[in-house]
Formats: sequence, C-alpha cells, structure tokens
Amino acid sequence: MVTVLRRTLLALGLPAFLFAAWWIASAGSTSFYFPPLSAIVAEFGETWTAERWRDDVLPSIARLGAGYAASCAAGVGLGLLIGRTRWLFHLTEPVLEFARAVPPPVLVPVIMLFAGIGDGMKTAVIVSGCVWPILLNTVAGVRSVEPVQLDTAAAYRLGRTRTLLAVVLPGASPRIVTGMRQALAIGVILMVISEMFAAQSGLGFAIVQFQRSYAIPAMWSGILLLGGLGAALAALFALFDRAVLHWYHHQRTEEA
Amino acid sequence: MGVKRIHSPRPRPRPVPPLLLGAAGVAAALLAGQLLPLTPLVNPRYFPTTGAVLGALADDLARAEFWRALADTLIAWAAGLAIAVAAGAALGILIGSLPPVRAATASTIEFLRPIPSVALVPLAVLLFGTRLPSTLLLVVYAAFWQVLVQVLAGVRDVDPVAADTAKSLRLTAWQRLTRLAWPTALPYLMTGVRLAATVALVLAVTAELVIGSPGLGREIAVAQTSGAAERMYALILVAGALGVLVNLGVRALERRVLAWHPAVRGGSQW
Repeated sequence: MVTVLRRTLLALGLPAFLFAAWWIASAGSTSFYFPPLSAIVAEFGETWTAERWRDDVLPSIARLGAGYAASCAAGVGLGLLIGRTRWLFHLTEPVLEFARAVPPPVLVPVIMLFAGIGDGMKTAVIVSGCVWPILLNTVAGVRSVEPVQLDTAAAYRLGRTRTLLAVVLPGASPRIVTGMRQALAIGVILMVISEMFAAQSGLGFAIVQFQRSYAIPAMWSGILLLGGLGAALAALFALFDRAVLHWYHHQRTEEA
Repeated sequence: MGVKRIHSPRPRPRPVPPLLLGAAGVAAALLAGQLLPLTPLVNPRYFPTTGAVLGALADDLARAEFWRALADTLIAWAAGLAIAVAAGAALGILIGSLPPVRAATASTIEFLRPIPSVALVPLAVLLFGTRLPSTLLLVVYAAFWQVLVQVLAGVRDVDPVAADTAKSLRLTAWQRLTRLAWPTALPYLMTGVRLAATVALVLAVTAELVIGSPGLGREIAVAQTSGAAERMYALILVAGALGVLVNLGVRALERRVLAWHPAVRGGSQW
C-alpha cells in the first residue's frame, strides 16, 4: 500500500510541480510569446472543439494510421523476403542503406510533385519515411535468426510457410518491433511536416496557421496537443511492445 | 513449393561476390532512373533522368552557394549534436547516480521524450525567425533525449559487485564516477551519440525545409518552388550522401572510442 502511494507520488510529483511552476511563473506574464498558462488552458477548450477534432485532428491521425499500417505491412513483407534471399540482400543492401540515410522530410516536395497535396500525398510521405527502419530492421532480424533453429526446422521438414511463421518471424520480432518504434516517431514528424508544407486541414496546418496569425495561446495549445499525442502514441506502443514481446523481455530480465 | 529434401545434394551455383551484387544493384537503380522518364510512364518534368540529375549536381558543385548551404547544414548539425551530447551526458550521469532524483524524474522524461520536436516549429519561428538558432532548437530537442535515455540506462547497468568493491575500497564519489559509472555508461553514451547524430541531421534538414533557415533543406524547398526538379533531386542525393557519411562516421568513432570494450574487441556485435 505504502509503496503504491510512494510510486504514484514519485510519478506525479515532478509533473505536478512543473505544471504548478509554469502556472505561477507565467501568471502575470505580459510577454506576447509566452502567455500565462491559464490563458493557454482556457484557449485549449475553445480551440479544440468537436468540430476541429473532426476536421483537423482525426484526419491527421487517420492518415498517420493508414501510412503507418502500410509501412509495417510493406516493411515486414519485403524485409522477410530480402532477409531470406541471400542474393537479393546483397543486391539491394547499398541502395536500401542510402534510402534510409536520406532525411525523410526532404521527400515531401518530391511526393508533392507526383501526388499533388491531397490525402494520398500525405499518406505517401508517411510511408516513404516509415518503411525504411521497419524494412532494414526486419532484414537484420531475419538474418540474425539462430542457424541451429533453422536447421532444426529443416530437419523436421516444417516447410517454407511454417518455418517462416514459426521460426523466422518470432526470431526476428524484437528487431521488427525496434524498427516499428523508430518508424512511429518518424511517422508523427512526417504527419506534421506534410501538413505544414501544403494542406488546408490537419493538426500541423492548424498550428502553423495560429502562428502566422499570431494567435499565440492557440498555438501553444496546439503544441501541447501535439505533445500529448506523441506521448499517447508512445504509451500505446509500449503496451503493444509488452503484449507482443513479453516472452523476450521476460527472458532478458531472467538472464540479467 | 513442396517440402525441401535436405539430404539431396543441392546444386550450388558459384556465389557472386556480395560487393559485385551491391554495385549491380546501384547500377540498376541508376539505370532505371535514366530509362523510366524516357517512357510515357513517368513525366520527366517530375522525375528527371539520372543524367539530368547528375548534371544538375555537377552544376551545383561548382557554385559557392551550394557549399555555403552545405556548410550551414553541417554547422547546425554539429553544434546541435554537441550541445545535446554534452547536456544529455551530464544530466544523464547526474540523474542516474542519484536514485531519488532518477525515480522522481522518470515519468517526466517518459512524457517529454516522445513529444515530436517539429511541434516546436512555430515557437522557433516566433523566437528566432529564420536564423540558425531556430534550427538548433529543433535539433537539440530531438537529439538530447536520445543521449539522455541511453546514458541513464548505462549508469543503471553498473555491475553491483563492482559497485560493492568500489565501496569497500573506499573510492571517493569522484573516483566512483570516473572509474565505475563513466566506463560502464560509455558504450551506452556512444549508442546515444549514434542515434542522436542521425536524428540531428534529419531535424537540421527538416527545420531548414519548413522554417527556411539557411542550409540544404532551404535549397531543396527553393528548387521545388522554382520548378527546378533536377536540382531538387540532386540536393536530395546530397542529403542522402550526408546521411550515409554521418552513419559511417559515427560507427567508426564508436569502434575507436570503445576499442577496449569486449563487444567491440570480440567483433561479434557492433
């Protein structure tokens, strides 16, 4: 009981303190760029109305979800293929390493040329950045599967599909999840960038719009919302990680 | 495809050297880039031929403006990375070696870390306009967490037996820091630096692209709005090459700094 209380206190203490400090320090603020936190919080409710959620926030999240899902499917699928095919791996390795090294946001203008500035472009931008970490981590994961396990699978004549599903995929999954975690962070960045660059709606668009019209408390409320979204997605991913890889984390803590 | 018979002797074709295959892959990609725009499938205005892109690249390499932009990007990257590494390492060691502080800050760090640094774009524009500090703000915010989290994990990893030994040998706090915490955390720090270096480059170019602070990113935006597709692709190639160089450079640094470490010495891991 006491430990639970202590933990809650530890987890909430500093955030509460920082929030209070910000609130008090900015209470009498007349600075144009740093309005009082009370004003930002008041603005938050007024700015992010149900209408805005429907028109800006949810479409952004939907595009992120679609792009991220497509990246995961393509990245894992191609990654399994390339990781299992030696010649294909050597053939594509330098090109893929280069593709990964390109800072993803520079692809925004390229994809704008092809796809205009609609939903398709924004989703394509997200895929173009997210797919590489997943793909390359899947390849690395597949290639690091224990050869003994593969030999065992061959000795038991598991067949291609079953080997893939029962041996290769679980063996590669820690790396795949690592890639998916990196991709999620990149996806959020690209979601915002693609909307800041060219859009009539979306979270990134709204925030830049507030800044350009000097609606400073609204801009701050947008920054807070975006921050909250990032933190929420990270928390969701941590849950997913624990659900999928509980056996792996368990193993690691036992070894240590 | 049926079940493979493992006892039947597999005909083994002579393996092609990996390096040759890789070169063939690059050549194929370049060739596809040259031929595709000549077909009606792709509009060459949007997707110029490899030749045209390389021509634009050669033009750029001869211009002082290009080198200026490259230098601006590199300066923003290096300065931002240096600040992030110094701050992340110092705070990480400090927080990590004081358990109460670590416990009190954990939730805050977990909350602040995933905040996308592009959320700070409007703030950076308001505070610094289109100057270098705008880029730095984004770069430092993104890179700092990578370093901090790794160093925190590193300090926690100190071998308990070694810690007890240090205590019974009555090492001072400073000695424990420099002899125990630092060498243990160093491999983690280097991992953090490697991750941060990549993230810092991405954010440097992104800030220039979106905010318009000087550098390669802004040149790409300018090329795009002025319809110079060849130049845009040429600059993207340069950005990619920069990314590859950063990756290789940090890996080499990591190997050098950690030459004493078993994981590096053994050569089994990277």
